[in-house]
Amino acid sequence: MATVLVDGQEVELAAGERLNGIQAAARVGADVPHYCWHPGLTVVASCRMCLVETGRRDPATGEITMLPKLVPGCQTPATDGTVFVTKSEKITAARAMVEEDLLIRHPIDCPICDKAGECSLQDYHFEHGREERRADLKPFTSRRRELGDTVTLFVDRCVMCTRCVRFSREISGDAELMVVNRGAHEEIDVFPGFPLDNKMSGNVVDLCPVGALGDRDFLYKQRVWFMKSHDNVCAGCSTGCSIKVEENQDKVYRLKPRENPHVNQWWMCDEGRYGWKHVHDPSRVTLPRRVGKDGFENVEWSTLSGELDAKLSASKRIAAVLSPHLTVEEAYQLAKYVRGIDEQALLVLGPIPTEGQDETFPNGFTIRAEKCPNRRGVEEVIVGLAKALVTWDDFLGRLSDEAFDAVWVTGGYKSNWHDESVAQKLSSVPLLIVQDSFASPLWDAATYQLPSATFAERDGSYVNHADRLQSFKWAVRPPAGVTTEGQLYWRLLKSPGLYNSRAVLDELTRELLYFSAAAGGNGDCGIDLKSNRLA
Amino acid sequence: MAEFEPVLLANIHKDDSHTLRAYESFGGYAGLKKVLGSMSANDVKELVKGSGLRGRGGAGFPTGLKWTFLPKDHPGPIYFCLNADESEPGTFNNRILMEEDPHQVIEGLIISCFATAASTAYFYMRYEYPLAWKRVQAAVDECYAAGYLGKNILGSGYSLDIFLHRGAAAYICGEETGLIESLEGRRAWPRIKPPFPAVEGAFRKPTVVNNVETAACVKQIVDRGADWFRSIGVQPDPNNPRDPGSFGPKLYCLSGHVEKPGCYEAPLGITVNELIDNYGGGVWKGRKAKAAIPGGISMGLLTADEFDCPLDFAGPGKHGCLGLGTAAVVVVDETVPMVDFLHNSCQFFAHESCGQCTPCREGTSWALKMMNRIKGGKGRLKDLDLLLEIGDNIGIIPGTTICGLADGAAWPMKNAIRKFRGEFEEYIKRTNPDGYMETHPVPVLEIIGAH
Repeated sequence: MATVLVDGQEVELAAGERLNGIQAAARVGADVPHYCWHPGLTVVASCRMCLVETGRRDPATGEITMLPKLVPGCQTPATDGTVFVTKSEKITAARAMVEEDLLIRHPIDCPICDKAGECSLQDYHFEHGREERRADLKPFTSRRRELGDTVTLFVDRCVMCTRCVRFSREISGDAELMVVNRGAHEEIDVFPGFPLDNKMSGNVVDLCPVGALGDRDFLYKQRVWFMKSHDNVCAGCSTGCSIKVEENQDKVYRLKPRENPHVNQWWMCDEGRYGWKHVHDPSRVTLPRRVGKDGFENVEWSTLSGELDAKLSASKRIAAVLSPHLTVEEAYQLAKYVRGIDEQALLVLGPIPTEGQDETFPNGFTIRAEKCPNRRGVEEVIVGLAKALVTWDDFLGRLSDEAFDAVWVTGGYKSNWHDESVAQKLSSVPLLIVQDSFASPLWDAATYQLPSATFAERDGSYVNHADRLQSFKWAVRPPAGVTTEGQLYWRLLKSPGLYNSRAVLDELTRELLYFSAAAGGNGDCGIDLKSNRLA
Repeated sequence: MAEFEPVLLANIHKDDSHTLRAYESFGGYAGLKKVLGSMSANDVKELVKGSGLRGRGGAGFPTGLKWTFLPKDHPGPIYFCLNADESEPGTFNNRILMEEDPHQVIEGLIISCFATAASTAYFYMRYEYPLAWKRVQAAVDECYAAGYLGKNILGSGYSLDIFLHRGAAAYICGEETGLIESLEGRRAWPRIKPPFPAVEGAFRKPTVVNNVETAACVKQIVDRGADWFRSIGVQPDPNNPRDPGSFGPKLYCLSGHVEKPGCYEAPLGITVNELIDNYGGGVWKGRKAKAAIPGGISMGLLTADEFDCPLDFAGPGKHGCLGLGTAAVVVVDETVPMVDFLHNSCQFFAHESCGQCTPCREGTSWALKMMNRIKGGKGRLKDLDLLLEIGDNIGIIPGTTICGLADGAAWPMKNAIRKFRGEFEEYIKRTNPDGYMETHPVPVLEIIGAH
């Protein structure tokens, strides 16, 4: 087994494990500052912030010989016997030099910079920089230009780490970004007429260690220190990228990718990144209503569950349409509830929205055509409980010769997901409960209209296209008047206390074999449900 | 004139010296025929190794040793890059060879390629050399017509193509890996090592990069033998086991304030004084010399007192310079203010820094801005310490940059200020009598006020 010595502490490497100096140092809790290095991109070793001392330990004598000069930690591999020193006078001086150099032409406009608060240049300067400015040069103002529809460049804030350039070459593959000019006149730019417009462009903003690349959608909307970050899973497509929802006072401001080696590595697509606007759409429906004598009338949530329970219990033949936007816990609760009333209740998989073709980028990142997060999960709940999968089209077909006393339809789609003809077909159902976020033909035809939550407001788990289950908690509270699906079903099932998605998932892992791998918790990166499946 | 009989420059003044007909009449391509007819690649490698030839491009790395770094029994292709991106200020030895005797270079190149089993050679020529471009291209064409290049050269079964590639007009393109990047069509940003070019260079294949003069020396070694080569120059220092010695003739580019500037061939180890007096006709206008650059501006500065310094690979280092470099000696006479000299040097490196590594990009630009201010009469004494601090901390020797450009930028700063500090201080005090003692940093509010 390979052993590396970092600041006097031994780090054991697993077989075949390849770490550089920065990663090896992180194992003993030593933070090596860096700008240009990123685990997802090639190494250029040009910012020189991660300079460390290195040497070798003789395996026989234990004698250590150090190199006389500093080396970049990012470029120096950790092999058996490698010695790293991350704290010494020489290193401190080198870091102070790089910080001083980077600030010579930096505008230092933190008060008006979006990155302030999460800026490496700021953080490292406080930790490694000099107390005084020795360069008696007045920095430039920060010139600004748009690189594309999503990203704006503040030219003089740039530290030339070239992460964004490498991203556009290696990950998104369109190579729109480049370095122009030479020496201290260098700038990031795009070729005239070829803006940064790939479908992963927003990632360059996350990669930028300073405030040079600004997200035009987020620019000047919120100071980062006011926001809370919540781990979540993107509901944009069936890839199910791990994300962070960043909000302040129940308003989402941005989504960011969260590292997950099994799903999205460090990236997410623009479609997902900016696909949260429906959460705060003013046209969202927020009040539960029922058909009364003179059209719709409002219902109190406090009496709603009793009322629904009474009406459904009186119904003989029930169908529930489970949307692929529901979490597995919600789908399971609703299915369990209707099956508790009608043992033969029909469980239907809601319509699966698709758009175009799967799109795969050079590094393997894929935007999927299936624009819902949880088809696999809901499918398995239905198959597990009903033994047969009934699709939305099957269900619509059966409506002409099969009569249902009650149908519960869940929606939660971002855009129109059915037309008038569907509402026609279901209009004869005596008890039509529609749970959705936006008004639609079906919504208008319902006997009960129940507002639903969006992805940022739900608790639960999604199963992505590759059978990976990822759990998450709500990031923002739903608008006033909305009770989430999970909470409502929890109440209908007469479970004690508040909705606890983990308790539902635990039950699910016991009840359905498919979910059994998730029994012991599933961590930040989710769990592969296939791991419990027989070959 | 000196007694040394020029070898590399033997034919440059003859009529039509750049043509194949003339070159063959001087015995040209006999060496190539000998190599292809009777020697193996390994023989040539051993011959060059035995000659003690060190690279003429600046770093002085032993050429034969460099060739042996190529992977053994590599299935190919192996590439050979001839570095003709001669852009060190004061240097023009390659240009003379390429313009006046291109066949000598090409013959050396073909022999070098044969020795390293390279099947393709890229002749990376500085953009600003139009005449050399024409002459070398014409010479390559002549070689193809005469069967010295192309498939199955002279019936030996060895094939070689030479592509002349016009450089991207930047100093950094002459850096070994910057050249390779530029050749591949990218920005000439030097690569991180390892892997070294010999393992993974141009187009991710093993690559040798040699200088034009090195190739010419290879040709001469093949013609005259390793012993002849070792008979010229300076023996290794017996007290330094790592000194491989400095053998062979060297082209010295003498310029600046001398009566007869030019490119002169002399044995390695000639002193600055000898070069100026025996070849350059002395310092011009009867003045005295104040300083000299020993080998291109990036090597630093020798004071007039240090002119007995032998110009071999080890000599200038003993006087605090970086090394021999390209052996371009630029003489500075007593009337030149050192502030002007350093300003000029800083201007060059700030302009040519490729901008990849932070310390070089910002350090050279900051140094220039300070020199601008000093020259403009607003200097402060503490600026000298700052300049020295920049100089001491940028480059591959402290480990803060990828390539040696920053070392080259640092050495003139360090040498000029350390060796002529009194003059700098006097200049600053004279031109900025009210503010030379100022040490305060710029107030923070003034910085934020820039908006």
